[in-house]
Amino acid sequence: MSPWLEAVVRAVAVLAAFLSLPLLIGQTEHKVMAHMQGRLGPMYAGGFHGWAQLVADGVKFVQKEDILPARADRGVFRLAPAVALIPYLVALSVIPLSPTVVGATVDASVVLVLAVIGVGIIGTLMAGWASANKYSLLGGMRAAAQLVSYELPMVLAVASVALAAGTLSLVGIAEAWSPWWLLWQAPGAFVFLVAALAELQRPPFDMPVADSEIVFGPYTEYSGLRFAFFLLAEYAGIVVMSLLFAVLFLGGWAGPFEAWLGWLWTLLKGFAVAVLMIWMRVSWPRMREDQLQRLAWVWLVPIALLQLALTAVGVVMTS
Amino acid sequence: MTTRDIVFAAVGAITALSALLSVTTKHVVHSALWLLVSLGSLAGCYLVLGQELVGLVQLLVYVGAIVVLVLFALMLTRAPIGPHAEIDTPAWQRVVGALLGAATTVLLAALLLPLFSGVTVELDGGAPGGTPAIAQAVFGTWVWPFELLSVLLLVALIGAFAVSRLVLRSEDETVTARGEVRR
Repeated sequence: MSPWLEAVVRAVAVLAAFLSLPLLIGQTEHKVMAHMQGRLGPMYAGGFHGWAQLVADGVKFVQKEDILPARADRGVFRLAPAVALIPYLVALSVIPLSPTVVGATVDASVVLVLAVIGVGIIGTLMAGWASANKYSLLGGMRAAAQLVSYELPMVLAVASVALAAGTLSLVGIAEAWSPWWLLWQAPGAFVFLVAALAELQRPPFDMPVADSEIVFGPYTEYSGLRFAFFLLAEYAGIVVMSLLFAVLFLGGWAGPFEAWLGWLWTLLKGFAVAVLMIWMRVSWPRMREDQLQRLAWVWLVPIALLQLALTAVGVVMTS
Repeated sequence: MTTRDIVFAAVGAITALSALLSVTTKHVVHSALWLLVSLGSLAGCYLVLGQELVGLVQLLVYVGAIVVLVLFALMLTRAPIGPHAEIDTPAWQRVVGALLGAATTVLLAALLLPLFSGVTVELDGGAPGGTPAIAQAVFGTWVWPFELLSVLLLVALIGAFAVSRLVLRSEDETVTARGEVRR
């Protein structure tokens, strides 16, 4: 296969995953949440258990009027959804499902994923400021404060895994994984999961979009397709974080018949993590802003630092 | 001219242009956003030069953290949408700023151009060294300057904490003093 053709095939495959996996997670959220709350969830769209509900939602979003607030900063307002969405596409393209099933091979892929996730935050801030709406601005400020706080423990937790594996490549980290990492890296895994939820602004960390206080935070003024892009970014974020958790802390493709079924194991582990994230949304009430900051600085950062020290001791002892 | 030369020239031009725009635009938040483009495309420059890790860390630290902080600080102010006469700089400040910028550019160019004018690096066979080489350099050859810098940052952090705590405490004391006076 010529390199250009291969590049096109890989790009199309990543794009297909980027457009289908978030919908799968969204549908799972509808159904899991509903059953946890003693409801049935969507049942009509598409016939079988409402499988086409999100497709119908997408069609609805496309038909809606595209509203641009009169006082908004037009250029920034229009650009914000793209800035929020595209980084997750880049992140998804370097996350491996197995050593061979990966969009693009990058040496320092784990740094790349963290870096582009950090860029995605800018989209939320741009939306919050450019809408010329006080609720949006408040939401944007909350988002910025939250994301700056939680980025540090997340990077530290990932650094611990990279240190344990001795490489910055996601493929290398998953290959170096062994089952006793489940115990050794458990504090780091906990920190990563909590920080990932906070970065995604999912409940119980949804202070920036708290609907009972500030309507929908930075996304208040958005409608139609642009709003759908923000929603897609949130679910794509869940996909990226779940797969990242599976690759970093659960060994990715490690499992029976991993030579043939490796990609399936990674997907299944990631799906389990995504269901866990949905479960947390259903279980816990929203945290207040000060509780949220306290959790990050008083608990997560020290735990991540301790994990880093623990990993360093382990690496020195075994090498 | 290889493809790498062309891409480098393009990314470098974007970096310089967005840097210029970030200091000349009249919109405060646009200025921060152009700074973001400039820092991001600087990361692109590093990538084109084969230093993947440096480019990614540039993206992680400057775009992901520093610009977010700048935007957050701007949100705490009354950063308006559109140009605003109240926060505009007077003409003499702009002239002085342009002069200082030009002087710094000339100084840096006079220093760096003779140093690196004849140096060539072979990039087509992969980056020289890559991540392990950078790790060796930072934690081997340059470990003392590196540690010194981290201590400097730590001192600044502790200083900031101390200042905020001291201000809080003195305010508390004045409050209790007033209460005692009232009693």
